[in-house]
Amino acid sequence: MSWTRRILRVNLTEGSISEEPLNMEWADQYIGQRGLATRYFVEETDPTCDPLGPDNKLIFATGPLTGTMASTGGRYSVITKGPLTGAIACSNSGGFIGAELKSAGWDMVICEGRSPSPVMLHIVDDKVKLLPADDLWGKSVWDTDRLIHEKLHDPQIRIAAIGRSAEAGCLYAAIINDLHRAAGRSGVGTVMASKNLKAMAVRGTQGVGNIKDPKSFMQVTAEQKQVLAENAVTGQGLPAMGTQVLMNVINEIGALPTNNMREVQFKDANKISAEAMAEPRDSDGKPNLTTNAACFGCTIACGRISTIDKGHFTVENKPEYWGNSGGLEYEAAWALGADTGVGDLDALTYANFVCNEDGFDPISFGATVAAAMELFEEGVITTGQTDGMELRFGSAEALAWCAEKVASGEGFGADLGLGSKRLCEKYGRPELSMTVKGQEFPAYDPRGVQGMGLTYATSNRGACHLRSYTVASEVLGIPEKTDPLSVDGKAGLVKAFQDATAAVDSTGLCVFTTFAWSLDNIAPQVDAACEGGWTAEKLLEAGERIWNLERDYNMRAGLTGADDSLPKRLLKDAAKTGPAEGKVAGLDEMLPEYYQLRGWTPDGQLTAETRSRFGLPA
Amino acid sequence: MLRSLNINPDKCTGCLQCEMACSFENEGVFNPAKSRIKIFTFHDEGRFVPYTCTQCDEAWCLHACPVEAIRMNRETGAMEILDSVCVGCKVCTIACPFGTVNYNQTTGKVIKCDLCGGDPQCAQACPTEAITYVDADATGLEKMRAWASKTDNQAHAN
Repeated sequence: MSWTRRILRVNLTEGSISEEPLNMEWADQYIGQRGLATRYFVEETDPTCDPLGPDNKLIFATGPLTGTMASTGGRYSVITKGPLTGAIACSNSGGFIGAELKSAGWDMVICEGRSPSPVMLHIVDDKVKLLPADDLWGKSVWDTDRLIHEKLHDPQIRIAAIGRSAEAGCLYAAIINDLHRAAGRSGVGTVMASKNLKAMAVRGTQGVGNIKDPKSFMQVTAEQKQVLAENAVTGQGLPAMGTQVLMNVINEIGALPTNNMREVQFKDANKISAEAMAEPRDSDGKPNLTTNAACFGCTIACGRISTIDKGHFTVENKPEYWGNSGGLEYEAAWALGADTGVGDLDALTYANFVCNEDGFDPISFGATVAAAMELFEEGVITTGQTDGMELRFGSAEALAWCAEKVASGEGFGADLGLGSKRLCEKYGRPELSMTVKGQEFPAYDPRGVQGMGLTYATSNRGACHLRSYTVASEVLGIPEKTDPLSVDGKAGLVKAFQDATAAVDSTGLCVFTTFAWSLDNIAPQVDAACEGGWTAEKLLEAGERIWNLERDYNMRAGLTGADDSLPKRLLKDAAKTGPAEGKVAGLDEMLPEYYQLRGWTPDGQLTAETRSRFGLPA
Repeated sequence: MLRSLNINPDKCTGCLQCEMACSFENEGVFNPAKSRIKIFTFHDEGRFVPYTCTQCDEAWCLHACPVEAIRMNRETGAMEILDSVCVGCKVCTIACPFGTVNYNQTTGKVIKCDLCGGDPQCAQACPTEAITYVDADATGLEKMRAWASKTDNQAHAN
């Protein structure tokens, strides 16, 4: 067993803290992290609850391999009901705090209720306290991190916190840990703010033991690290170029959504790519990228550590932004860049820093700015609303201004903090919002990568690439190449990716390993660590169970099959250039087959039979 | 041949595989808090630096110990703590100029790198060769090779 078998329950309303044993029957069915926390969440919360009310809960969950030597074993997930979507939200993050929590002896922290005043949760192994955090309220994540380290006199403590955007009600606020890693999507930070919980600070000194078979665990994890090292993507592409290795590739295949998805190719993609990040700047001869960096236990190390040119207009006379911090990853570079038409690498890096500093999701933010830019160009939003700022596609000044506004929540920042769907509705043009279930699209245009259309439409947390990354197959040929422009077989492909990913997200490992690993590589690592006879088949079955449980929750929360849709722009307006020219997203051709493969009704509801097959709660 | 840990911070990604390997070897659990090697992150500079005991010949810790609980292993050159003798007085932690001897409150003894008896697990676990275990007389060899490759010996030909 590499679960600690202990759950920490924090009732914020009462200010009480208690410990309880982990439900091992559920662990055998739902693994840990995403799956197991969802099982607890479904058991304990009313699906119709207000996401920002005291009845919603916020769960921080590690997986059985979190905190171990398995490569990438440092992940944790945050499970809650999302304010952006009204659906289940599940945001996964790396960095170091997940492993620290496990090392402190906890599989999971369940936060419930709402504190009457700002607090922070302080965990040192078994010693857990709620401390007043009135002095931290109103501070950025970066200031909060520094002040907590000073206040607790503990340079080694790991911190997850929310920033000013969450406090101001931005609906896509993130929880940032270790300064620049994020449980980024679906507004989990907004939920944390609604509970008056400013931060969680964790120090674990017990370590992670209880490995079922330590000798075979060390052997099999070493073998699998070698598999990652020898794979072209995880051994070379990701460490050298990060996820940004994709920018030019996706642009070339005509699937890089541009200018709020009006176009599928961006003329300045090469200026915001991994290659551009490595190019020495004219001003100081240094490249944007300083080095790559790993999360806890990760032998891939795709993270980017970057600087902004000190002379760039965004940071002139602002030395607090002159140092290194978390740089652009592909999704952020796309949302902040291609989708807004901005080809200024330093401006994108600045916006990315601000997203980390004040805790909001760069994907939803960039896509919302893109929608605002289209509303501005259509004359619906005017300089009257924007303090005179011209929100034009391609304007680096507008991007930087928007980031600062969302960070503080002031003025037009409150509108931008609504997200694309509510912003476009407010200004009477809902068709301009590029969202599913209220969450903004990520960086792959479904007209050029057809499987991603079905991925977005059926994702349980709203539009998301990480629920079934069929790009791996359709573009990179992993595990085998499929035609990105064809809808044939994509229903099965999406289902297979969704189920496998749900399993991976529940183990404590990073989904990026799956460029090199299948469940056949992961199962022996889980099995060496945990009781339960973990085979690839058992993991996959757990993944499918998790997917159905999430879906079931969403249906009970009031969503229907009609929410499995895409904006008209993608269904009706054909791609104008590139290999996908003339194509629309063929969702209608995939969705019925997908429902059938899932064992759902033609309108997307779970059947009693499916529910009983997976032993889902009645 | 005596060997030394050779640390190249430029190659470190801060993944902490070394800290886990160290604690697993010595404590039987994955526990960076009890690792003899530490990775330091200099966030503003974008640098990660592994740091541990370099096994001084004239070791301050050894000389400071009032009960002779620190001895040199003749095979590996490592200064090793004899747990049965150590009284946990921590004088060695004060004497060491580098901070690489530390107290372990669980056992009441001090801990430091002992090169795992000649097969240091941190070097085994490091995925980027930021930590290697090499000939003690030639720890500079790779740096020399790198600079040698940049040395222009074509100048005479022109």
